[in-house]
Amino acid sequence: MANIYNKPGFDFSNVIRNSFLEAKGIPLPKATSTGTTIVGCLYKDGVVLGADTRATSGPIVADKNCEKIHYIAENIRCCGAGTAADTEFTTALISSNIALHALQTGRIPRVVTAMTMLKQMLFRYQGHIGAALVLGGVDETGPNLFTVAPHGSTDKLPYVTMGSGSLAAMAIFETEWQAGLERDAAVDLVSKAIQAGIFNDLGSGSNVDVCIITKDRTEMLRNYLTPNEKVEKEKRYKFSRGTTDWKRDREIVRSLVVHEETRPIAAGDDTMDTS
Amino acid sequence: METVDIHHLKAGEVNLGTSIMAVQFDGGVVIGADSRTTSGSYIVNRVTDKLTCVHDRIYCCRSGSAADTQAIADLAHYYLQIVTQSTERPPTVYNAARIFEKFCYENKDALSAGIIVAGWDKEQGPSVYNIPLGGGLFRQPWAIGGSGSTYVYGYCDATYQEGWGRDQTIEFVKNTLALAMSRDGSSGGVIRMAVIQESGVERLFVPGDQLPRFWEGREVIGSLSAAPTLAQGQVPIEVEE
Repeated sequence: MANIYNKPGFDFSNVIRNSFLEAKGIPLPKATSTGTTIVGCLYKDGVVLGADTRATSGPIVADKNCEKIHYIAENIRCCGAGTAADTEFTTALISSNIALHALQTGRIPRVVTAMTMLKQMLFRYQGHIGAALVLGGVDETGPNLFTVAPHGSTDKLPYVTMGSGSLAAMAIFETEWQAGLERDAAVDLVSKAIQAGIFNDLGSGSNVDVCIITKDRTEMLRNYLTPNEKVEKEKRYKFSRGTTDWKRDREIVRSLVVHEETRPIAAGDDTMDTS
Repeated sequence: METVDIHHLKAGEVNLGTSIMAVQFDGGVVIGADSRTTSGSYIVNRVTDKLTCVHDRIYCCRSGSAADTQAIADLAHYYLQIVTQSTERPPTVYNAARIFEKFCYENKDALSAGIIVAGWDKEQGPSVYNIPLGGGLFRQPWAIGGSGSTYVYGYCDATYQEGWGRDQTIEFVKNTLALAMSRDGSSGGVIRMAVIQESGVERLFVPGDQLPRFWEGREVIGSLSAAPTLAQGQVPIEVEE
């Protein structure tokens, strides 16, 4: 195998592997999507963000407890829906740039700054970066809450939802949100909205994460609610020893073997066996 | 002739469905818009502000792709600040309109944006410039745009009079937008308006339950209000009291 630690330039060995697999009829894996219900709402002292914790790869649940509330700054957090890799990397990039910006300006970063950085990057990529974000935080202008859509449009609202479960969550918000909620009421409302997504949307599920941001502190309540814990099975399904009598059958099984060959694996020879 | 449909929104793109308009009157302009932003058939924002300030006395009304128009408006806002600094006087509305036109025309293949630029400046006074999809620039005394505008061309042509004052112009804008919003599925919510004059910008707001109401239709067939009529030859049953 080529020594990848010395070669210059890009490593395209995965391209060779992928075209080989495709020729064999194995399709490329679907990008992990976060399916998702993410929400945010303003309350009396700041912002509450909420998210479910299911990441899907097509119809399969790839991660039952992923974290969708990403760190942007001490006073700013961002929930991400859409393609998991895109939300992860986009928020990480803007978080890094915000940290540099804060050092350069000597000020606590503003939520609009993060919003502008996100929207200008997503617009540049014309929607090819599939990141739908709920950005919230508290800065010197007060609490702020924005949505950023994959094509780069933003909305500034007192309560927002994004992701495949957004309609279920928005129904809860439209019914029950009021201005100036207390902290507990706001957290309850956000949990209720996320649970609406978890139980009514197939792309969302598992647990509820909540993050409360005020001017003094940010509190991350990871797995605030876990309404989908695996229940203990009602029966024991283990077979008792001696259920299968194998000693007698061993001779019968051996007699069925047609051809046997032992090939030692040479040390250092790890080329793929294509025979 | 094969034409590529470049003006259609991409899949999943957020759309400023919209009814927007701007009308010039003696001393200022009145601009107005609905407040609905859609993505497919879901209303993403029902209280959008489509009237964007690009300078002290210059606003733009945005329709088409939300992402495209927000990006263009941000760029225009930026360039107008540069222009203000370098010319040391406030920019003219024509100046602002030309900046918008430049973006919309030179990037017409990639953009889906219909913008109305309106405002007040010292040289010209009030003016309204319409910049539809292709990026052409048209100065008009009144301009309408967005998907809802198609339903109110007739109303506007029939109603508009020159020489109106501020209040009559506000009524005109309010009524036109209400009519457009009631017929266009992509328009709705509340009416946001702004009056731009030399003295300043005044923001007006009409909530969704206080929109001007017009003919709202009435069921004719099977109407409950009509008394039931006897079929021919039928004798009513006598009832003992």
